[in-house]
Amino acid sequence: MTQNNRCASGGRIDRSRTLRFTFNGKSYEGFEGDTLASALLANDVRVTARSFKYHRPRGIVGHGPEEPATLVELDGEDASGNRPATTVPLRDGLSARSVNCWPSPEFDIGGVNQLLSRFIPAGFYYKTFKWPNWHLFEPSIRKAAGLAAAPAQPPSSGHFEARHAHADVLVAGAGPAGLKAALKAGRAGKRVFLADEDSEAGGSLLNCDLSIDGQPAMGWVEAAVLELRGMANVTHLQNATVWAYREHNLLIVNERNPDQGSIIERSWRVRAGEVVIATGATERAMVFSNNDRPGVMLASSVQAYFNRWGVIPGKRVVLFTNNNSAYAVASDLIAAGVRVEAILDSRSCVPQAALELVPEITVQSSTVVGDVRGHKGVKAVKAVSSSGSVNWIECDLLAHSGGWNPTVHLWSQSRSTLRFDEDLAAFLPYQPVQNCTAVGAAAGQLTLDQIIDGGEELAYEIEPLWRVDLPGQRGKAFLDIQNDVSVSDVHLALREGYDNVEHVKRYTTGGMGIDQGKTGNINIIGTVAMQKGVPLQEVGTTTFRSPYTPVSFGAIGGLREDSVLFPYRHTPVTQWNKDNGAVMYEAGARWRRPGYFPQQGEGLQDAVNRECRAVREGVGVYDGSPLGTFELKGRDVPQFLDFIYSNMVSSLTPGNGRYGLMLSDDGLILDDGVVFRLDEHRWLVSTSTGHADSINQHMEKLLQTEFPDWQVMITTVTSQWNNATICGPRARDVMQALGTDVDLSPEVFPFMSFRDGTVAGFPARIVRVSFTGELSFEVNVAPRHMAELWAKVIEAGAPFGIQPVGSESSHVLRVEKGFLSLGHEVDGTVDAYDLGMGWAMSKKKTDYLGKRSIQLRREGKATRRELVGILPEDHNRQVPEGAPLTPGGRKEATEGLVTACVWSVVNDRWVGLALLKNGHSRHGEIAHVRLKDEVIPVKITKPVFHDPDGKLLRS
Amino acid sequence: MMLIPCPFCGKRNESEFIFGGAVGADRPDPNSVNDAEWVEYLTVAPNPLGPVQERWWHARGCSEWVTIWRDTRTHDIVEAPDDSE
Repeated sequence: MTQNNRCASGGRIDRSRTLRFTFNGKSYEGFEGDTLASALLANDVRVTARSFKYHRPRGIVGHGPEEPATLVELDGEDASGNRPATTVPLRDGLSARSVNCWPSPEFDIGGVNQLLSRFIPAGFYYKTFKWPNWHLFEPSIRKAAGLAAAPAQPPSSGHFEARHAHADVLVAGAGPAGLKAALKAGRAGKRVFLADEDSEAGGSLLNCDLSIDGQPAMGWVEAAVLELRGMANVTHLQNATVWAYREHNLLIVNERNPDQGSIIERSWRVRAGEVVIATGATERAMVFSNNDRPGVMLASSVQAYFNRWGVIPGKRVVLFTNNNSAYAVASDLIAAGVRVEAILDSRSCVPQAALELVPEITVQSSTVVGDVRGHKGVKAVKAVSSSGSVNWIECDLLAHSGGWNPTVHLWSQSRSTLRFDEDLAAFLPYQPVQNCTAVGAAAGQLTLDQIIDGGEELAYEIEPLWRVDLPGQRGKAFLDIQNDVSVSDVHLALREGYDNVEHVKRYTTGGMGIDQGKTGNINIIGTVAMQKGVPLQEVGTTTFRSPYTPVSFGAIGGLREDSVLFPYRHTPVTQWNKDNGAVMYEAGARWRRPGYFPQQGEGLQDAVNRECRAVREGVGVYDGSPLGTFELKGRDVPQFLDFIYSNMVSSLTPGNGRYGLMLSDDGLILDDGVVFRLDEHRWLVSTSTGHADSINQHMEKLLQTEFPDWQVMITTVTSQWNNATICGPRARDVMQALGTDVDLSPEVFPFMSFRDGTVAGFPARIVRVSFTGELSFEVNVAPRHMAELWAKVIEAGAPFGIQPVGSESSHVLRVEKGFLSLGHEVDGTVDAYDLGMGWAMSKKKTDYLGKRSIQLRREGKATRRELVGILPEDHNRQVPEGAPLTPGGRKEATEGLVTACVWSVVNDRWVGLALLKNGHSRHGEIAHVRLKDEVIPVKITKPVFHDPDGKLLRS
Repeated sequence: MMLIPCPFCGKRNESEFIFGGAVGADRPDPNSVNDAEWVEYLTVAPNPLGPVQERWWHARGCSEWVTIWRDTRTHDIVEAPDDSE
């Protein structure tokens, strides 16, 4: 059985190139130029899928992105799911499987659902699985729902990429109307971007046998493509779907397999001056009982398979139509020698021009299809005339046409409006909102002669038939084949009050899914209109949203994956850290920092204890470069800093610094940090690592929008200075061993001041700040000197037992001192008073950001959660960070939470910090941490466990 | 994606900007308003159906804080309405 349905000649396929592929494990052959669907039909594979809900056997219905029935999952290099078989280009070695069936579509266990179908109507899941809660049922239902899984691995070869482009005119669609528009704009010298979803240009002309000026229409297409290729101002892409129309004429185009190279897909973001929507029209289905049987196909698709792929998917054909377009299909089939058993036309009067196309054929007017026999393939069609006479016609293919829908997706996505046209019985583009026009079939010009001079095509005449409505009708009539939504489901939704078309869609799922109801939505709208007795215009359409057809996540992501998506920031010490066994962490703002430096046989806690002991008893060094640093210059910096910090900053004298809090105007703590005055007009502001960008934004916004007259210039210098911070009782010894021309004695170089000079031969700025509570020298140098400085510090510090210190130890050291960490002790509810930092709230200044709001909040006299220290009664008991504190440890509303808990080497026990209701007045009392099955008593203390008077850091 | 006009860089993609919120009332002198007025200033942001004045920061560009009028119904960047300040 090889390609029994393939004609001896014809079609736009290369018969010299045979391609082998497998479908559900069986091997088949097709030709270059085939789609998976055309190759399956050529091999007479009728049952290609099982339906979503009832697991009914389904075949191929359409020939393009409208395909509602046959979704496949591709294996291997092509791995992807839920691909309509009609849009999968055939290639040698392709391996595809049907989704939603097991073990095969021919024999599917899930088919038992068909017997239960009357018990699973629309809304069944909503009504049934709501007790005790949907999430209990969701996993097994999702599994049964059987859409394909995401591929486990990304493609091993090739990659996705993105490009930006600008165009004077973007033309979506390279059918006759699109080519004509592109030629016109191209000849006028405009930059044209022409994109078409199909593998070759021509649009509907690929599928029909039409002529222009007596010559085959495809000749006109080839000449047009050739002319466009000669224009340097024209970009013409095939296999490129314009899938989204966004604000300000941005269109997104997904190009598949461009250049036949290693790029899998390329996503284009095209900003266009003008958009021409030439997206053609999509044939819509007829709705009648058992209209989903394998072998029931769209008439235009049958025509396309014959003309384009040389495939005739049946031997004996019946056509069912309400318009003239199906007569051209019949004419093509007759010419191919296919037996057309009958044309059933729902119209009472068939136009003479249509009849003349099919002189030998029985045309039954005023006749509809009442039913279709054949579970796994059409065997006979029940023709029912308006007089009630019934005859069964044996056949193996039923081709139907319910008319044509202009493809208005892009038009509608642009928010341009639609109107229902009674003559064409379709929604047409109406008023544009962005700079776009619709042309050709997309604008309702449904015949070639309306688009191209010299084109000839039978006039389109239609009498709409939204569904076949016969007394005593049996069998499901599907409006949406993909989601198994039948007429009765829509009626149910209307009865239950879901009578807005958007609600009908959501309640029944009609028009959702991969195909988004391209063949069936209009029938749903028609069915709603019939039931409610209103015109279609009044029912309206559901909202057209992007994507027009499915887009792979790879194409959306492009090259932005892994570290490229959001790169890490490194300091010059990263390599040294890695060479010395650091476990690297991500600190704030994507900085890579060492977490700890385990030595041979050490675990995390051992390493942290060793590092902390070094800082407390000897000396340690850490890389403080990531801290956000800004230089502010100008006459008005003092008043600006006084406005953004809660404490007084302007009184600083050159050479000195001060710790401060920044609040937002609603009183929340934005950040904390240190400010230094470099000289009369230059200041240095440091922020926490993670907040550097947002504080920059905050300061710029104030200066540019609130105080444009203030003379303040901000320069980000985070990456202009790197620093090694040497800390611990022996820090001064290490500094002297390094060699410096700065007098380090505490009398001349006190805490919270800085000196410029040299350290180890490098120009350096030494700053006396401390985030550890010990004597510290922050040695700032240019980044080009940093790696060398670091090596010299380690070398000079070796005799003193210097240890590199990671962020784990920094955390321990700051908790021992009760220094704040934003995100730990500070959240959106905490103010400076709660933290015991009321001293930072200036009383002298009449105004600063947050002052009024804090005042207002404090006047409320509500009980506050205040920062305290906690000491677990059991010294060896760690309390989890974030654990709740409850009154007496009882199962009651919490009165606080543990913000940090660390092993303190200097105290030889666990110590912690907590926010606790009225904590400041409860020092000495016992509070209770309540865990799931344990209560831990902790003693409430001041939030400082080391050097409470700060003698060491000033030493 | 919108195109936002920057006075220095011209029309640029929205992805180069960070949204800075609608432009509300000017900050009152906190020492001369009552509590209700202060809370109103802090919490009530304009949210009209139609033109709204907003701030966008050209963070991935020139660092300018751009002030524009945008029609919330269409995303069109529009001229300031006649009755605006």
